[in-house]
Amino acid sequence: MKAKDIVIDRNLCKGCSICVHVCPKKTLGISREVNEYGLFYPEVVDLGSCIVCRLCELYCPDFAIEVVQE
Amino acid sequence: MITARYIKENYVRRLPSAFCPGCGDGQILNAIIRAIDHLKIDRKDIAAVSGIGCSAWIPSPYLRVDSLHTTHGRPIAFATGLKVANPRLKVIVVSGDGDATGIGGNHLLHAARSNVGITVIMVNNGLYAMTGGQVAPTTPHEAKTTTTPYGNPAFSLDVSRVVAAAGASYVARWTTWHMNQLIRSIEKAIMKKGFSFIEVLSQCPTYEGRMLNMDHIEMLEWFRKNFREDAEGIYKIGEFVDIEKPELTEELEKMIERVRR
Repeated sequence: MKAKDIVIDRNLCKGCSICVHVCPKKTLGISREVNEYGLFYPEVVDLGSCIVCRLCELYCPDFAIEVVQE
Repeated sequence: MITARYIKENYVRRLPSAFCPGCGDGQILNAIIRAIDHLKIDRKDIAAVSGIGCSAWIPSPYLRVDSLHTTHGRPIAFATGLKVANPRLKVIVVSGDGDATGIGGNHLLHAARSNVGITVIMVNNGLYAMTGGQVAPTTPHEAKTTTTPYGNPAFSLDVSRVVAAAGASYVARWTTWHMNQLIRSIEKAIMKKGFSFIEVLSQCPTYEGRMLNMDHIEMLEWFRKNFREDAEGIYKIGEFVDIEKPELTEELEKMIERVRR
């Protein structure tokens, strides 16, 4: 399974980086930019490495991340 | 497949939530929603009851089912009334450790004793987080809180064992690290006829984290390393009780039938 896109809602994200921690393939990283609350949201480092396990969606406390399957 | 967009469109009233960054309450909201969705119950057949505290905010503004936001420590009393009035309803109580064991400990014991068919999800973060991180009945020995800055001199209550001894039909303990197990456990608890109780260890990065010098990621790692099915005491996770017993509202209806005859 491959991911077509990983959608991150920047303004729902509170920058807790749990998604970055639980990602088994290091697909996600923390961005250098901030959202409107001044928090560092996650960004996709390597989309090709995503295995669509959806652990980031399962652990995200704010429903801010979504993996779109191909 | 449940996606974040599907959850946001169907089960969440409004976002962003008022929880602190890294709080486990959002994860527990996610787990409850996924369990309800897996069971395919109509939302009109579910009622959520919550008391006062951070975790009481999980159902009351955010979960899109009928909900009661009640007084401090009394959600189980309100839920018992709701269940007796309409036994077909699936009543879910989401309560904190201070709410369920500190202020309303008596209600918890007596609901378990009478085996009324409600589901109690107790979010245990080891202190009263909403009011500023005071010591709670579940604070571990020698843990620092705002009111015990040199460590807690008392010992913590093993709530799951107390509720199991009081006579509940289903008792389980998980942490916010064990999301899949927690979802399966909530599904089982909702479908259980009698009183079901799930204790969820949750991270509080704002007060617990500040006192223990840990962030929420370190706390999740601590849950992963220390909470095991073969561990001892409060570190033991898993299902403790899973039995079938006569339930209160059923017994009540039987009694009404018998008396009317």
